[in-house]
Amino acid sequence: MNLHAVKAIYRFEMARTFRTITQSIASPVLSTSLYFVVFGSAIGSRMGDVGGVSYGAFIIPGLIMLSLLNESISNASFGIYMPKWAGTIFELLSAPVSFVEVVLGYVGAAATKSVMLGVLILVTARFFVPYQIEHPFWMVCFLVLTAVTFSLFGFIIGLWADDFQKLQVIPLMVVTPLTFLGGAFYSINMLPPFWQHVTLFNPVVYLISGFRWSFYGISDVNVAVSALATLGFLALCLVAVWWIFRSGYKLRS
Amino acid sequence: MSSPIISVRNLDKVYASGFHALRDVSLDIRRGEIFALLGPNGAGKTTLISIICGIVKASSGSVTVDGHDIVRDYRAARSTIGLVPQELSTDTFEKVFATLRFSRGLFGKAPDPAHIEKVLRELSLWDKRDSKIMTLSGGMKRRVLIAKALAHEPSILFLDEPTAGVDVELRHDMWRMVRRLRDEGATIILTTHYIEEAEEMADRIGVIAKGELVVVEDKATLMRKLGRKQLTLSLRERLAAVPAALADQPLELAQDGHALVYTFDTQTEETGIAALLKRLAEQGIDFKDLHSSESSLEEIFVGLVHGKPQEAAA
Repeated sequence: MNLHAVKAIYRFEMARTFRTITQSIASPVLSTSLYFVVFGSAIGSRMGDVGGVSYGAFIIPGLIMLSLLNESISNASFGIYMPKWAGTIFELLSAPVSFVEVVLGYVGAAATKSVMLGVLILVTARFFVPYQIEHPFWMVCFLVLTAVTFSLFGFIIGLWADDFQKLQVIPLMVVTPLTFLGGAFYSINMLPPFWQHVTLFNPVVYLISGFRWSFYGISDVNVAVSALATLGFLALCLVAVWWIFRSGYKLRS
Repeated sequence: MSSPIISVRNLDKVYASGFHALRDVSLDIRRGEIFALLGPNGAGKTTLISIICGIVKASSGSVTVDGHDIVRDYRAARSTIGLVPQELSTDTFEKVFATLRFSRGLFGKAPDPAHIEKVLRELSLWDKRDSKIMTLSGGMKRRVLIAKALAHEPSILFLDEPTAGVDVELRHDMWRMVRRLRDEGATIILTTHYIEEAEEMADRIGVIAKGELVVVEDKATLMRKLGRKQLTLSLRERLAAVPAALADQPLELAQDGHALVYTFDTQTEETGIAALLKRLAEQGIDFKDLHSSESSLEEIFVGLVHGKPQEAAA
């Protein structure tokens, strides 16, 4: 294992985060805070409890997930796409590294940023809405697992994309709608029975449900199913990255 | 002779587009030499380098670097190589010192600020160590790329068109640096369009055209083997044509009939000059001056690439 390479990539990517701190951290924290103000304090105060939790507190896990998914995908996809776009990828391809080191460096940095962001949003939420965390250990587990999994997914998008439009299309056209429809703002029990069944095909439902359980002990689906679904997606992404590096798909001609 | 530091065997590369970039290329690079790879655009120079460095996958054939197979033992093979690409591809928002530190780490070396400082000073970049790469001139960016390639102390350095688009001063700086690296034991492989660069720098030269290695030879031997000399005789009286009695000689009229050019092979024992002068005297052709010239590497190169080495000097 080339640990120096892991450290070099990780440090490089974290430096990029701090160079663009407004875009990477401040902007998502601000936009999520606006959700807390509008949906949590303003509209939320006029809405009833959901599963015994005030609406303002109910949406906190969903909003954190919304930012976590978007930023994990964005950070990781951008991190590996930029060297491809700028042509500096030659250095990575000619270096004595395997996909393990590359993934640890890029995905590790992207996941770190996402976790930092998640924690910042959590702290910010405290200014607007009171909430409790019933299972802090599992909350951290879900936070880290989701950040890693979706950073890995973003990394795959970055490897696959060969223009900026492709880089944006999946986060904007797939992930964001799935997150909004995945129970970020409501419990799926509020939906008509038919749509309750349909929504179970949305993988984000399992992420938000599991994460919300760690806060309030309530969930739309079994928490074990949530954890297994996330782990399954993580395994799928790992296999995809392994295959990309092994075959050279979109990397080595 | 020690074993070659790079050994390429029967290398073939066909891209997905169907373009056949390399055809059965076999080549040994000697330890500690400066090897120049010459060839026109699209000849396969960059593809060959890219395969050795691990950027492009070979269709068939094998490559070993310092005894390590580039596929099976890629870590050991790649850690010995530094690559300066043809394109000015840099992390534009990164600072100079940081980008070298990144390169060193990527190639598995522990941090060594003293070595990075040494490299930066040698390339006159130390004053720019805290500058963002985007603020540097093209020549400076080229230096940064060289510095990045040297950051992990490679024993083999690939320079792909290193002086393309750089000014004369920087070109000469690079030549000095390359010689110094060679003197310190490094092996240098450079591709170039500048014949004078190969002529100035290389110990050996390989010429590649249409994916095939046309020739690999010591520079001096190549010039001796394929070089032609010409003897130019400045005539006292203008000739309208080469006299029929001298038609069997490799003679041409030049300077509007005021000079005769005799082309001869440097490899033969008899150049035929003495016989020619005797026959000129018999024909009453007098000359006031004569001088000989040797074909340049450029002329040899053009001849090889067009498949007519015997005409290189004609």
